[in-house]
Amino acid sequence: MSALVALTVIAPLAAAALGLALRRQPVTRDAVTMVGLATATASSFAILYDVAANGPTALHVGDWPADLGIVLVADLFAALVLPIALSIIFVVELFAIGQRRTAWGANPELTGPLLSVLTAGVSLSLLTGDLFTLFVAFELILVSSYVLLTHQGRRGQIGSGMTYVVMNLFASTLFLLGLALVYGATGTVNMALLAERIPELSEGVRIGIGAWFFVVFGTKAAVFPLFSWLPNSYPTAPTTITAVFAGLLTKIGIYAMIRFHSLTGMDDLGAPMLILAGVTMIVGALGALAQNDVKRILSFHVISQIGYMLMGLGLFTAAGTAGAILFLIHHMPVKTVLFLVGGLIENHQGTSSLDRSGGLARKRPLLAVLFAIPALSLAGLPPFSGFVAKLGVIAAGIEANQPAIVAAALVAGALTLLSMTKIWTGVFWGEPQEASMTPSAARESRANRRLMVGATSLAVAGTLTISVVAGGLFDLAERAADDLRDGATYSSLILEEERS
Amino acid sequence: MSVAILLAIGTLTAVGIYLITARSLSRILLGFSLLGHAAVLALIGVGGAAGEPPIAGVADPSETANPLPQALALTAIVIGFGLSLFLLALARRQQLFIGDDLVEDDLEDQRVGSDPPPDDDPAAGSDATQEAGT
Repeated sequence: MSALVALTVIAPLAAAALGLALRRQPVTRDAVTMVGLATATASSFAILYDVAANGPTALHVGDWPADLGIVLVADLFAALVLPIALSIIFVVELFAIGQRRTAWGANPELTGPLLSVLTAGVSLSLLTGDLFTLFVAFELILVSSYVLLTHQGRRGQIGSGMTYVVMNLFASTLFLLGLALVYGATGTVNMALLAERIPELSEGVRIGIGAWFFVVFGTKAAVFPLFSWLPNSYPTAPTTITAVFAGLLTKIGIYAMIRFHSLTGMDDLGAPMLILAGVTMIVGALGALAQNDVKRILSFHVISQIGYMLMGLGLFTAAGTAGAILFLIHHMPVKTVLFLVGGLIENHQGTSSLDRSGGLARKRPLLAVLFAIPALSLAGLPPFSGFVAKLGVIAAGIEANQPAIVAAALVAGALTLLSMTKIWTGVFWGEPQEASMTPSAARESRANRRLMVGATSLAVAGTLTISVVAGGLFDLAERAADDLRDGATYSSLILEEERS
Repeated sequence: MSVAILLAIGTLTAVGIYLITARSLSRILLGFSLLGHAAVLALIGVGGAAGEPPIAGVADPSETANPLPQALALTAIVIGFGLSLFLLALARRQQLFIGDDLVEDDLEDQRVGSDPPPDDDPAAGSDATQEAGT
């Protein structure tokens, strides 16, 4: 069991090293990457099964005591999010292998190994039991994402990459300063110990620490005043890269926020969180309406949807946290699929601009179906997973008697549907338009296209599976939320194992 | 923590943040270096009183400095070093493209801000009527 926990970090790192060494042999390199990612994904599903059945476990790396060494904790929250996150990267890497030989693909020598490093960072950030390892995991993710975003070296990518790098670097530096504050106040960076010690601090220090980390994680998660880097940088990257970023990176930020602020009981921050959540939802959805490029519209929706998760957290009730967790699980695959479909549109049409596409519903009906399912799910229509997730968050809002935020959530949902309609009329209806750039279409072989459509279909099937098992997932999310809010469970897990 | 360290942290943070708000990437890079130093100093500063080097077998464990913040600080320094190099590479690339390492204006924001509603609305409208007609 603890070997499996370690494997989710080590397998992708080993695959990255091997993949870089073998970068001149395309077939072996891709095979190594896929094996590494498949191992990590399979382990994560085994962990989920084990944790759901037998309860959480902790791995003390190098057998150091928890307050000195690194602890990896597979509690229910981590075990629920991990398989989804790793499956997403697995599917996207499949898609990337298919897209390699087109003008829109990323550099094949680097994408595989870099995605593997990113995977290791994602696993580490979800599993880690202390704030400093979380910082290192964030850096691991960010460093690989910086390179993935800018390695093609096109002019627009460098320009917008600079905004992305500077904003995230600033957040990382604030994280480090925050670590110093936390260590100074409590004498530890271990989250289990923090869950015990932070509630005992004086009110000012406690709220200060909570607000500081809200800014740090909020920048990573693109919460309202801190989101401007996202819609500029995401659309310029190759589609596969954007799909991973949109599906995972901001969600890791909100994951860290849910974990840290729930464990340390920052209920006092609930009111400002709810206000920012409402503004994030509305501003993101309105921003999306003003765009006229598929990838830019979808990027703004990444921001808007973060608002829902923040709303679930900001309620600081068990139902709210459970809703936020379920929303996270629903949102990650749906967003990724939408960007993958955006990539297929770009491959077919030579552009993702709404003005220069049209009539795809007749030419590529499968593509229309693949877009429609996650788009309706994103807008929150039944019977898709988005409906269940939104229902969970909104019901929690009503229960907590917060009508304003519920109203904001409903308005943002309607605006989301509106901009999905805009993509639909722009791309799938109307007169078919000539592809504006043929070289990509010419170089796209049948096998490549099959692999890309296959990967996207696999991901759509995954989102449908989530809708089908949403009931069971919601029960698990409730259990995870209870564990999180009751810091004692988490602490006893890490600290008792250490004492025994 | 001594006042000298506190003052150093404050000054480094202030100058660092001032530099980060600049438009040239090389100044931003310098800003991040200073901010990174401030963070490392803060980590060391909160680690408690100074003491013997925390190496096993060299000094009595009761007299050594707290090794944990030092380990954290070393890790942070290594990460900061790598990122500085990456920022330098990015600045060089931008210089190749525009002859300078400035952060560019966001054209897309200007389009949304200045234009009347983009002209894809009539196009979308005609698409819709077309679809209804068929």
